[in-house]
Amino acid sequence: MSLYEWLLFGHLLAAFALVAGLVAYGALLLGGGEPARRVLGPPALALWNAGGIGVLAFGIALALEVDSYELWDGWILAAIVLWLVGSGAGGRLARGVREGAPNGAQLLLAVMALATLALLVDMVFKPGA
Amino acid sequence: MLAIVRPDGWDLPLLVHVAGAMLLVGALVVVAAVMAGALRRGEDAAVLARLAYRSLLLGVLPAYLLMRAGAEWVLSEEAVGDPTWVGIGYMTSDVGLLLILIATGLAWRTQRRGVGGPARAVVVLTGVLLVAYAVAIWAMTTKPD
Repeated sequence: MSLYEWLLFGHLLAAFALVAGLVAYGALLLGGGEPARRVLGPPALALWNAGGIGVLAFGIALALEVDSYELWDGWILAAIVLWLVGSGAGGRLARGVREGAPNGAQLLLAVMALATLALLVDMVFKPGA
Repeated sequence: MLAIVRPDGWDLPLLVHVAGAMLLVGALVVVAAVMAGALRRGEDAAVLARLAYRSLLLGVLPAYLLMRAGAEWVLSEEAVGDPTWVGIGYMTSDVGLLLILIATGLAWRTQRRGVGGPARAVVVLTGVLLVAYAVAIWAMTTKPD
């Protein structure tokens, strides 16, 4: 496997972990009350955080590795902004879940979901690339 | 950054395929965590087993359909032949559906009759599925052959 393939595999695995964390937060908030919060809280936090860090780190490495990509390309800058929006909402939601009474949890979840979906659209369509 | 070069016609079908695959894996993680929690927590077992069953029925199965529909749509856009990576995708997808259906039946039985052997089997099956899908992600990414 080439370095590019390793980086892309890591980037995709991290993206799958990120979405798994998002889905776990969704099930936690929409599905099962206190038992679900206790069971799903730790994996949701771990997957969302590890996925988020991995997506960013592997994504930046890919942008540096591939000659036709630059970190200041519009679609890459857009991805970084979307990542910051999702991470900000995710951090607030994680704090709320840990304390047991998340304020505006469903709004935060919606922001995370929309930012993640927009990230995926940006990665697939690469507008301007 | 999903691929450097691919036909533009693939973009929307690929989005559907990847989004479905990500939701599928996410829902499987929820099923595994919740059913494992049901096995550990006696007092909450019924609530958690019901959540695991609903996650399979309302999360895993629709996500599987989305992933598979996207895959067929991608293949209909351009003849990619029959390389190894497509074969791995089909194999994990077809065998995966069988395992998902078995897990759904076992989860239904668990939420009706209580936690026991079938709940453990659901955890094992979802674990096997997650490993298989990690292999599929590797194959889709690196495209051997």
